[in-house]
Amino acid sequence: MAAPESEVGATGHKFAVRELCAWFGDKRVLHGINLNIAAHEATAVIGPSGCGKSTFIRCLNRMHELVTSARMEGTIRLDGADVYDGRIDPVLLRRRVGMVFQKPNPFPSMSVRENVLAGLRLTRSLPEDGKDEILEQALSRAALWDEVKDRLDDAGVGLSVGQQQRLCIARALAVNPDVLLMDEPCSALDPIATAKIEDLIHSLKQSYTIVIVTHSMQQAARVSDRTAFFLSGNLIEFSATDRIFTSPRDSRTEDYITGKFG
Amino acid sequence: MGKLHTDREYENELKKLRERLLRMAGRVEEMIADSVRALVEQDVPLARRTIEADHLVDRAEVEVDELCLVILAKRQPMASDLRFITLSLKMVTDLERIGDLAVNICERAIDLDQDPPLKPWVDVPRMANIVQAMVRDAIDAFVAGDAERAQSVVERDASLDELYTRVFRELLSTMLHDGSKVERGIHAQSVAKWLERMGDHATNLAEQVVFMVKGKDIRHLTTLEASSPAVAPVPSGVPEASSAKGA
Repeated sequence: MAAPESEVGATGHKFAVRELCAWFGDKRVLHGINLNIAAHEATAVIGPSGCGKSTFIRCLNRMHELVTSARMEGTIRLDGADVYDGRIDPVLLRRRVGMVFQKPNPFPSMSVRENVLAGLRLTRSLPEDGKDEILEQALSRAALWDEVKDRLDDAGVGLSVGQQQRLCIARALAVNPDVLLMDEPCSALDPIATAKIEDLIHSLKQSYTIVIVTHSMQQAARVSDRTAFFLSGNLIEFSATDRIFTSPRDSRTEDYITGKFG
Repeated sequence: MGKLHTDREYENELKKLRERLLRMAGRVEEMIADSVRALVEQDVPLARRTIEADHLVDRAEVEVDELCLVILAKRQPMASDLRFITLSLKMVTDLERIGDLAVNICERAIDLDQDPPLKPWVDVPRMANIVQAMVRDAIDAFVAGDAERAQSVVERDASLDELYTRVFRELLSTMLHDGSKVERGIHAQSVAKWLERMGDHATNLAEQVVFMVKGKDIRHLTTLEASSPAVAPVPSGVPEASSAKGA
């Protein structure tokens, strides 16, 4: 697929992915993906179950390699630097490229405060005097501060599911990442909690680059600037979101988004 | 239309919409033919029946609008489905107006009932035939997603305009030479004008179809794109990814 590259605007690429292939054991799940992800934009990745979209974003912060028998080929550059370079520390990489998962997963034994600061504790020593500032900033950016500022020492898992998801976003933001990967962040949430996350994505774009995997095409249409459609491990189409959902180029994209699938 | 939607209920809703549009367009075509026949044959009962039939077209417009809104709300259609539905909403308006113009012609047919025609009607029935075929082809092209057929409708509008100009000149000259013919002449001129306007509405329908299909095919650089005067070219210097909507 050579076409997608030409689609990317001149805003500068956060990620440049070239000929990315990925396997689980003998099973190849990505087939030579070429794609640039623009900085300060939300890029949505859509496609049916098993199309490789989650594997794709897990390659971006080297989470894919955590699975036994998983491997990848090709190159992924983050701001020009090879993510898979032997000198790169994957833990530090994952701090720059944070991730939010399908089900909110706050640490069960930790308070709201401890949850937000947990990532910082893991990756660097935490200055005692800056803690509160980082805490408030991360929770504010995750649009959660007003709701939890009086409950900072309550258990994180005591929050509503929607709040827990925003708590996980705050935890990812506390380490000051460049990129936020979101793997179906709203699939466990009700419509109001979903709307809050979507609203949040719009504001987060100004400071971060967002890549979101979603099963909801309406969500992709609402929150993203560009959309990539994956099918059977191939990138079929990558265009401006407005374009994809009104006039896709490829008939396979058309069939998928209009619901003529399988 | 190719592949069917996985959700068969959705498929049925779209099918229902297509059928309703086709039926509405069929009625409008009939109204065009009947209105001109009532005029030419001085058939007042036919004119009255045609005027009455207009409420069916009005009702069809409301029904198509409602169905489109329900589909939009329930299905949140995408891509070609979205274009199909939004254009259906626009097209019923043009169809309904054509129906109203046919009613105008019927009213003139009733007014002119007692008067002998200025001369045998030749060009006006010819105009009606052209308009009828334009409406039919525009709708068929819409349902089949056939841009070339729609394009041919757009091109036929010129012949209708020519006929109108000819009728207008003839009537003007008749009225200038004989003041007693002015009233009938003005009525006849109005009829020709309404047919010409129907042609404009049919052209609107067809242009929308060309755009709808080209929205999808513009990437494949068909021969149509090179020869199409009906669709504004993509402005140069506009980024590819955003050009489709602006064209």
